[in-house]
Amino acid sequence: MPRINSPSELEKLRQDILSNRDPQKPCITLCSGSACHATGSGEVAASIEAEIEKQGLGAEVEVRKTGCHGFCERGPIIVNHPEETCYLQIKPEDAPEIVSQAVKEKGIVERLLYTDPNTDEKISRESEIPFYKNQKRLVFGSNGSIDPKSIDDYLAIGGYSALEKALFQMTPEQVLEEVKKSNLRGRGGGGFPTGRKWEESRNAPGDIKYVIVNADEGDPGAYMDRSLLEGNPHSVLEGLMIGAFAIGSTEGYIYVRQEYPLAVENLTIAIKQAEKYGFLGKSILGFDFDFTIKVHKGAGAFVCGESSALMTALEGRAGEPRPKYIHTAVKGVWDYPSVLNNVETWANVPLIINKGADWFTQIGTEKSKGTKIFSVVGKITNTGLVEVPMGMSLRDIIYEIGGGIPGGKKFKAVQTGGPSGGCIPENLLDLEVGYDELTKAGSMMGSGGMIVMDEDTCMVDVARYFIDFLTDESCGKCVPCREGLRQMLKVLTNITEGKGSEGDIELLEELSEVAKEASLCALGTSAPNPFLSTVRYFRDEYEAHIKEKRCPALSCKELIAYHIDPVKCQACMICSRKCPADAIDGGKKKIHIIDQEKCTKCGTCFEVCPPRFGAVNKISGEPVPSTIPEDERMITKKSPRKSK
Amino acid sequence: MDNDRVDQIIDKHQGEASSLIQVLLDIQAENHWLPKETIERVSEKLQVPLTSIQHIATFYKAFSLVPKGRHEIHICMGTACHVRGATRVLDTVQDLTGINPGETDLDMKFSLETVNCLGCCALGPVMEIDGKTHGKMAPGETVDVLKSYE
Repeated sequence: MPRINSPSELEKLRQDILSNRDPQKPCITLCSGSACHATGSGEVAASIEAEIEKQGLGAEVEVRKTGCHGFCERGPIIVNHPEETCYLQIKPEDAPEIVSQAVKEKGIVERLLYTDPNTDEKISRESEIPFYKNQKRLVFGSNGSIDPKSIDDYLAIGGYSALEKALFQMTPEQVLEEVKKSNLRGRGGGGFPTGRKWEESRNAPGDIKYVIVNADEGDPGAYMDRSLLEGNPHSVLEGLMIGAFAIGSTEGYIYVRQEYPLAVENLTIAIKQAEKYGFLGKSILGFDFDFTIKVHKGAGAFVCGESSALMTALEGRAGEPRPKYIHTAVKGVWDYPSVLNNVETWANVPLIINKGADWFTQIGTEKSKGTKIFSVVGKITNTGLVEVPMGMSLRDIIYEIGGGIPGGKKFKAVQTGGPSGGCIPENLLDLEVGYDELTKAGSMMGSGGMIVMDEDTCMVDVARYFIDFLTDESCGKCVPCREGLRQMLKVLTNITEGKGSEGDIELLEELSEVAKEASLCALGTSAPNPFLSTVRYFRDEYEAHIKEKRCPALSCKELIAYHIDPVKCQACMICSRKCPADAIDGGKKKIHIIDQEKCTKCGTCFEVCPPRFGAVNKISGEPVPSTIPEDERMITKKSPRKSK
Repeated sequence: MDNDRVDQIIDKHQGEASSLIQVLLDIQAENHWLPKETIERVSEKLQVPLTSIQHIATFYKAFSLVPKGRHEIHICMGTACHVRGATRVLDTVQDLTGINPGETDLDMKFSLETVNCLGCCALGPVMEIDGKTHGKMAPGETVDVLKSYE
């Protein structure tokens, strides 16, 4: 493929690509993101392709492996174009039916459609499924329709037109002004205004400047950056190029976790393709602008998501943060001005340049503009990635899009902002999501992880979990974080094990204050948030653990016990067979008893006991009832037994 | 891993000291751990002190300074998996294999690691063995899955 040397050549190439494509030609798009891959989309793709060959349809239908469609709960996902019929939870054995009925005969395979749980109605079009209907997919929208390994697919949907516009119709100052005017704020954590960061770097002295993509997505439960890089890598590259043009940089880095092999692969392919076409390299599109991108794989350290730590890691050293009296935008990698933005932030840039800041500022709230991708996970019916305008309420995201809590359980809290964020309780569900709104509620936007918790989740354990995570990930450079978190973890572990004592909450509050005030980087200063927000909204749970040695959510292992109700037990032997610890004694017609000494409290018996018996109880804060005498353990009569 | 292969990897990264992490990652990916002779070779070729390499090899999670077992178990301890009971899965694996996270058993069969999020939250709790994802794990299923590995 020849290099493109001018806007007119780009336009010609785009027209050539489009003229070779018939939008009415049947096309099966298949989600091949990491999450669907884990559910077997690779096997599904192979069987669909084989089936198309077998039925002799090779020339008539296209199979396109796309990035993540977002509805991970129901993967693997197939969408049949142009009808846009969406089939969910596809297995390889469904392939013949899909190919013959849906593709060949243009019909619909009813049984694989989405069924609305409220109305039992079948929904065939992807965009009409409630999960998608209530979203606004600006950044994430193309993911489901393009093959991330094909630059032509990206060009066909107007790709690199923003770069062309920036280079040929705007000055770097105008690009910067547009981004500033858009009020785009960082999508990775702090929510710092992107335009201001760029301006600072642009005005910093020196000729060497860097632009960097932060794809060290470390927040557990958040995977939107991975899905963007896997599904639409060119949109991130284009944003980075525009940023480089605006601040006067000629070299860019992408810092991506090595745990994301598919993202690394697709990025590397995308960079090679962009180089071939002349979007990267010398004199881009014939304009006097040179730019190259290098991919740096992160070796696994959560702290490297922090700007100064990431830059230290880029230099080939251990990623420890450094004091930021001078912003990294002025003194970053090798002490040169460096603009670091998150994947999603960069992916927003081409949209802003193409459609203008005025269009962008119409979306969202006063202080938070545009859309945000959230990963809605945990105790939620529709796990997946959702993109919504800023200002949508948590309730709408969790119930309208997420489908609420499964299993008829009660909502307890939603944790946002990753380990540095906090838990938001039910009475604040009508909160509109935005940077400042979430911070005010004691949490934060972070990278957009939203972990939903139900009545079975213990909030003390959640705080302990996050502090444990952060203790492990603390780089150890400054004392308040390294030692403070360790002590907090000790106290919290004691509380969850029933060894808490009066004054523990106050001690934790004191430790939190020091870590918040005196830590070197954002990891330490925000680390107490999970504790502070849970104690703010769920203090009663802490007190129950400390004073009554009771876990109200029946979750903390040391504080609970399993017990078989001798009246309800039908001696069916299911639990005794399934018990991994061999802790259940019983036999045919012999009422089962759990040996509390052997029991590992794994909960298997509780789950496998048939609901119609419901004989296994979980208890906390009360003694285990004494076992019934040996001679009363045989079930003799069919009539219901009475409790003594 | 012989020195020729190490040299090849270093050359691939233009022999720059700033590529140290990338070089080590490639060696780790191929060899599954970083033997002493290998890091000595890297130190010599890149002119980076051995202590700096050890700093990096112990700082980042991706590196191992000890050999790994035949099967690598990764248990996802991400928040979504945690609230869905990942601890129970980890406990079961620990009971069954007798090893803690970061360890390898004596017959070099299993190595156990916890990871922070595999990004397959819809499948949680998730256990990954040799790159294959096992989703919606409960203690019972965990036992069955582990038994299927030789």
